Amino acid sequence: MDLLGFIIILVKVLVVFAATMITVMGMIYAERRVSAFMQGRLGPNRVGPKGLLQPIADGIKFFMKEDLIPSGADKPIFILAPAILLIPALMTFAVIPFGSSITIFGREIALQVADVNVGILYILALTSIGVYGIVLAGWSSNSKYSLLGGLRSSAQLISYELAMGLAVVSIILLAGSLRLNDIIADQQGYFLSWNVFKQPLAFIIFLVAVYAETNRLPFDLTEAEQELVGGYHTEYSSLKFAMFFLAEYANMITAAALTVTLFFGGWDVPLLDESSLGLLGAILSVLSFILKMAFFLFLFIWVRWTFPRFRYDQLMRLGWKVLLPLALVNIFLTGGYLTLTAMK
Amino acid sequence: MAENYLPILVIFVLAAGFAFVSLIITHLVGPRVTNAVKMMPYESGVDQVGKTRIRFSIRFFLIALLFIIFDIEIVFLYPWAVVFKDFLSAGSFIFFEMVVFLAILAFGFIYVWRNGALEWE
Repeated sequence: MDLLGFIIILVKVLVVFAATMITVMGMIYAERRVSAFMQGRLGPNRVGPKGLLQPIADGIKFFMKEDLIPSGADKPIFILAPAILLIPALMTFAVIPFGSSITIFGREIALQVADVNVGILYILALTSIGVYGIVLAGWSSNSKYSLLGGLRSSAQLISYELAMGLAVVSIILLAGSLRLNDIIADQQGYFLSWNVFKQPLAFIIFLVAVYAETNRLPFDLTEAEQELVGGYHTEYSSLKFAMFFLAEYANMITAAALTVTLFFGGWDVPLLDESSLGLLGAILSVLSFILKMAFFLFLFIWVRWTFPRFRYDQLMRLGWKVLLPLALVNIFLTGGYLTLTAMK
Repeated sequence: MAENYLPILVIFVLAAGFAFVSLIITHLVGPRVTNAVKMMPYESGVDQVGKTRIRFSIRFFLIALLFIIFDIEIVFLYPWAVVFKDFLSAGSFIFFEMVVFLAILAFGFIYVWRNGALEWE
């Protein structure tokens, strides 16, 4: 590892970090604006051109707010909980490849922060750490709404993590690797080779599980505002509340990126060989990744205003009695199919 | 090999730095006017009734236990899935091996289901 190599790593980390932050801001704006359009309203349109500076104004407002710690709260845990949730949320994107590769100064640079051979495990492990943040925030607040929200949330997250983990197994069976680059390489070429066409059942299970994992409607029972006020972050204010918000949106971005990587060929441009085009190919691959991701981010908002919220028993029934057996059957079918074709 | 993990360390430092700077700033900036009533945990505007750390439904505990069983199952499935294609050339043993493993688990799953551990009514 030389100095130049380290500088490249630093630049990549900073670019990805900044891109995540900007996407979060864009997503907060888009969420309010698109929601408003879907309901025949205008949404925020006063701060800056078309209201584009609204997220920045919100951020500054968070700074100026009073930081409250309720009496009887478990102080160290109460303060640390947002950090426990936010740090993994900002780190997960590191292993996702967002483009092919470019050549600068005679060395090939992969458009990915960290190329680890256990990519999927890394993502699943970090998303599991986020559960600690939620349950600790709910428990330490000394508020009944927070406690109930935290409990519900942790049960929901661990239940859907199973379905999600099992849906991914069939993808690993096809690619034979946990490395996200190998999984993308496995889907290269003609767009019918994308996993969404090979594994439609796994895709549906994964997508539903992702909505539950990111606490989005129709599974946002953790902060069901009509019954739980705000869920696990009821007692949080100021920047600590902003950190929960940030983590939630960062998780959505990673989830969208992961869906694209696992099922839609990642940065693959349909019917095009990126490596033959040099720099142009790399730019096209990044654009294709961003476009696919933007679609899934939009889908988050679209689904939010399309489906009503599940009841808690319905949520648990769907996770344990529908998605989990389906995912097991899917693994059996995929393994069986691969065995049959190999036997011929 | 370990070199591949260096960027993760870098991004961890950055993310942790961001989080802790935010936590420190929020303690320094902003007004601070406190009184006993304001610091009360929110409970729809009335005084707190009873303690917060009450007993909660056993179902949450059950779900946590079941989660561990099935999560370990997934942990076993991942390495199997990674080497699956390599071992297929040596015959279909690797497939039927996992069928037996999954069948045992499916049996346990049906047992749990029939005993009503998954009911929330």
